[in-house]
Amino acid sequence: MIELAGVGKTFNPGRDNEFHAVREVSLSIEAGRVTALRGPSGSGKTTLLGLIGGLTRPSVGRVRLHGRDISALPERFLTALRRDTFGFVFQQFQLIRDLSVLDNVMLPAVPTGRAHADIHARALRLLDEVGLGQRAAARVQWLSGGEAQRAAIARALINDPSVILADEPTAHLDSALSRQILEILAELRRRGRTLVIASHDPLVFEMDLVERVVDLRDGRVLTVHGLSTVPMDKSACRP
Amino acid sequence: MNTWIERQRGLLDTTVANLRRRKARNLGLFMAYVLLVFLLASVVLFGDGMRREARLLLEVAPELVVQRLTAGRHDLMPAQWLERIAGLRGVAAVEGRLWGYHHDAAVGANLTLQVPKEAAPAAGRVHLGATLARLRGLAPGDVLSLRDHAGQPHAFVVEALLDSRSELVSADLVLLCEADFRAFFGIGAGLYTDAALRVVNPLETRTVAEKVLARLPATRVISREEMRRTYDAVFNWRQGLPLMVLSVLLAAFALLAWDKASGLSAEERREIGILKALGWDSGDVLAMKLWEGALLSVLAFLLGYTLAWLHVYYAGAPLFEPVLKGWSVLYPRFALAPEVDISRIVSLALLTVLPYVAATLVPVWRAATLDPDEVMRE
Repeated sequence: MIELAGVGKTFNPGRDNEFHAVREVSLSIEAGRVTALRGPSGSGKTTLLGLIGGLTRPSVGRVRLHGRDISALPERFLTALRRDTFGFVFQQFQLIRDLSVLDNVMLPAVPTGRAHADIHARALRLLDEVGLGQRAAARVQWLSGGEAQRAAIARALINDPSVILADEPTAHLDSALSRQILEILAELRRRGRTLVIASHDPLVFEMDLVERVVDLRDGRVLTVHGLSTVPMDKSACRP
Repeated sequence: MNTWIERQRGLLDTTVANLRRRKARNLGLFMAYVLLVFLLASVVLFGDGMRREARLLLEVAPELVVQRLTAGRHDLMPAQWLERIAGLRGVAAVEGRLWGYHHDAAVGANLTLQVPKEAAPAAGRVHLGATLARLRGLAPGDVLSLRDHAGQPHAFVVEALLDSRSELVSADLVLLCEADFRAFFGIGAGLYTDAALRVVNPLETRTVAEKVLARLPATRVISREEMRRTYDAVFNWRQGLPLMVLSVLLAAFALLAWDKASGLSAEERREIGILKALGWDSGDVLAMKLWEGALLSVLAFLLGYTLAWLHVYYAGAPLFEPVLKGWSVLYPRFALAPEVDISRIVSLALLTVLPYVAATLVPVWRAATLDPDEVMRE
């Protein structure tokens, strides 16, 4: 479904502070499965996630989605792809302060031109699903870490994307909250979504969630291996 | 079409939510904007109003005024000259006028004493301009005492006050009869201050003026058009002074807006990055900022312009009276006729709204065209 061929990303090319965040990565990510990018800080997980999701363009190589090269797409098409195909869950939640939880969840749907009432209803339903229905009107800075991450997940789902990209979704959360978040992600996988998770949290790999692990170091892929083939309907994964 | 409308509605909703987020900052900016528009619009509206009033007054003025010059100075005109002018082809009527200035120590101002063409007061009686009457505390029936050219006191009974609608020209006016005028200034019979001419064909005013100059070389001929241009020049000049000061304010405000936008805080840049990551393209971000700038500036413009309109047409523009009405001691108190000039509104809007929107959009465009990943990492 998603293929990376010889992908590299260099920041500040040609300058004194030139930095190769990702080097010669070739990888394929299967649809409907959970792939984890694992590695220490600075190993290139976040950059790779950004390359997969079209947040940034590769300096070399190609990223293909369903066989279509998305690396060279004009900005307009890449944005539409980001909006319609990918849902992002960021490490620092990246919610917009002083806006309500509901407004934050609705944000990705604003440029779609869908009817406001539909977006509103879907946002409320998603907040209910992640257990934040009662907090819809609250400003996001009043949320706890776990609530903020759940709000971010609801936001990632507002446009019903087929691929969820989650960057360190359990960072800054205690183990109980981390489990809550991972169970929500497991439910998404159960519903057939493709998940790519960047993490170095052992808990992510202890749960029967991840099916494939890509180990990274210094921007290069060290190993790619499967952890388990968890049945899609495993009840333990239900939120 | 529906998609486009829904998209704009969504962007507008987000814009309003954004404006609410930074209430203090946006309110401060809004108030500064309103004040600037109010000051600019007040000056422009008042200047326009004065010019319009002057034009209306000049519509009933004579087509030509002829003054006698002696050694380059205005001098009294003999009655025989009026007859010589009347004999010129193209002249419909000539009338000798009597008017002069008198310094009134009581109010510290120069008064204009004039003999009206019609309905002159009876001997020993005067009609007073409303401003002068107000300053002197005079009402009909009271006595106005002035010292004549020889220093002798003259007591005039105030018979009536002039219509306040004509205060622009009648503020310092004293109307009296011909005999009183001549006695007061010591001007003998057969002499006039100047001559007012009506011409048969207004299109030939210039030709008639040339004929007057040819027949009476020691004269100055002033056309109504020249008077209008003089009024315009005076009001333009007066309006130019505050406008010059306000243009500095406008530039300062544009700089403030530019600084506000170009100095996008790390938080604002991060938010733009988040929006882009979530599927907003540069156009969506720009559209939202355009809505934000447009809402703020259009609302501020409408409020500022409305306040200026009320300030000028209903409050008499007290803030700019000393500059725009001149430096006279006797400030006329008059109400300009309210008028809504669409072209003026549009030009003021372009002057105040466009620079703000442009100043805010350019820096946002810079941030909006970066990779979301790059902005979020900053």
